[in-house]
Amino acid sequence: MTRPLLVLGWGNRSRGDDALGPLCVERLRDALSQRDDVEFLDDYQLMVEHVLDLYGRARVLLVDASLGCAPPFETLQLRAAADGSLSSHALSPQALLQVYFELHDEPAPPCTLLAIRGERFELGQPPSQSALAHLDAALQWATGWLAWQASRQAATSTPGPTKA
Amino acid sequence: MTAQLETAAQPQGLRRVAIDPVSRVEGHGKVTILLDAQQRVQQVRLHIVEFRGFEKFIEGRPYWEVPVMVQRLCGICPVSHHLAASKALDHVVGADPITPSALKIRRLMHYGQVMQSHALHFFHLSSPDLLFGFDSEVNRRNIVGVAAAHPEIAKKGVLLRKYGQEVIRATAGKRVHGTGSVPGGMNKHVSAADREVLRREVQQMIAWSKDAVDIAKTLHAQNPALYDHFGAMRSHMLSLVRVDGALELYDGVIRARDADGALLFDGASDQGYLDLIEEEVKPWTYMKFPFLKSLGPEHGWYRVGPLARVQNCDFIPSPLAEGQRREFVDWGKGQPLHGSLTYHWARMIELLHCMEVIAELLDDPDILSGELMAQGPRRHSGVGVIEAPRGTLIHHYEVGDDDLVTMCNLIVSTTHNNQAMNEAVRSVAREYLDGHELTEGLLNHVEVAIRAYDPCLSCATHALGRMPLELTLLDARGAVLDRAQKSAEGGFRHLDTCAETGP
Repeated sequence: MTRPLLVLGWGNRSRGDDALGPLCVERLRDALSQRDDVEFLDDYQLMVEHVLDLYGRARVLLVDASLGCAPPFETLQLRAAADGSLSSHALSPQALLQVYFELHDEPAPPCTLLAIRGERFELGQPPSQSALAHLDAALQWATGWLAWQASRQAATSTPGPTKA
Repeated sequence: MTAQLETAAQPQGLRRVAIDPVSRVEGHGKVTILLDAQQRVQQVRLHIVEFRGFEKFIEGRPYWEVPVMVQRLCGICPVSHHLAASKALDHVVGADPITPSALKIRRLMHYGQVMQSHALHFFHLSSPDLLFGFDSEVNRRNIVGVAAAHPEIAKKGVLLRKYGQEVIRATAGKRVHGTGSVPGGMNKHVSAADREVLRREVQQMIAWSKDAVDIAKTLHAQNPALYDHFGAMRSHMLSLVRVDGALELYDGVIRARDADGALLFDGASDQGYLDLIEEEVKPWTYMKFPFLKSLGPEHGWYRVGPLARVQNCDFIPSPLAEGQRREFVDWGKGQPLHGSLTYHWARMIELLHCMEVIAELLDDPDILSGELMAQGPRRHSGVGVIEAPRGTLIHHYEVGDDDLVTMCNLIVSTTHNNQAMNEAVRSVAREYLDGHELTEGLLNHVEVAIRAYDPCLSCATHALGRMPLELTLLDARGAVLDRAQKSAEGGFRHLDTCAETGP
């Protein structure tokens, strides 16, 4: 049985722009509370147990702050990769998919990364104004993406013509 | 003792190797090694980014916000901070003791947290070294390598971790940012539905925890020369114990033993920690060096965490783990074990104990109903001490009449182990690096010694694409002699050093 689409964001709400991932999830959760085909999850870091949250999903949207992406945000279709984060508490999205593959002996469901540009990550600081503007743009994209996924799902679940 | 390696007698002309950052530990740490022309080790230091600013982050906030806000200090052990802050602020609201239901739910939350943290550390972060060897192929020495070679071990690790997270969710309200524990008690019971879900799997988790102890024990038995002596140093040990001497992770009295296992003090109240412990500052690192006041900074340093706890207690109050503790004690033939790798064995004994306690608490009807809050005469100060996964965690607050926190002092587990980790690194550097050409495999020995303590070096900040490991060899004037890099894919390669200068 396929579980609902998952939106998983991560970061620390008290470390400046690191809050972008959880904030994005929170706002999407509030805006789409009527949809039962989407589940929302946020955490401090991407960790090994999240492979279990990915299991059985038709599709996953991962959301994080990024220092490296172009503003306001970038999206990326993820591929599994055994990168250096495998030797850390906090996994990269690519490494998470690699762990998924090794544990489940099959590729992870299609995962899209929404990387939102952040600038400062100091403890006790609120998100910067520029990061919040990036978040607004990212939310607009994510809302459209989720609507498109819903329409795709509806199309594929509509029964085809039956023989007379 | 390797203390003489803390500061080289004549640092001029020595080469400097930096391991920056140390991998497979939480946060940012750096090791610097000074070598003479014959590659002999002259100075070794572990530098750690301290919890700078954390106290300031808390001061000025209303006290009732603190148990939630302190979770944001650390992405690895937020529940430990949540509960240590709650315990400290129980004293401020006069809730000592808290109600039986609140106590049992908090204990359930805490043992779930310790269990999942120990599982992550052993299966994800340390098992690659232990199963494949410290010199093994670097690309294989990670959780994916373990999953490929030992899929059942990797799956058990992930599922144990997940189970602990579910215990936290059932007690704290959420897997992260939990709000369950508040000054004076708890704000919710465990639901009957959550309890049933957890009970269904509890025996399986106990069985897997037992398997984990067996893995650690077998590794020791297969290579006692390595496991007993790697990163070994004689040290005092400090932890909470129950008043009757039992292992206790949530609440108790403070006990310390010396390196031979003799009691230094026992039964000390956590509220008086400042009478027992003092912190020394050294100019080359942000992290302080705690020591026992009665023995002074040179002789009073100590270790905390699983190795200290399992050897500090008189017994473990759960049958399976107690049986394992007895085997552990027998291994030492009446003497405390001091090898850094014995932390792993002790940690897995605690993992098993945690699961036994979780099973017992899930059968207790008090977690489903009963009074949750207590209160009494208001005070201006409170101390909360808890045995977090990595060791003793101290929260101390002073609160004004306006309910705002005026003073906050935190001594985290990793700080207690600061001197011990430095000693372990020096011991390993002297034994494995001295006189040898440096390789990634040899340098990994240094990291293995640090990793045994499962240090939590910073907190949850992160961003995509930041995980470098670079080794730099400098001459005494700071010019770069050699550079090597562990790539994002885990490969190790030397870099061109032309036109580079040191910091």
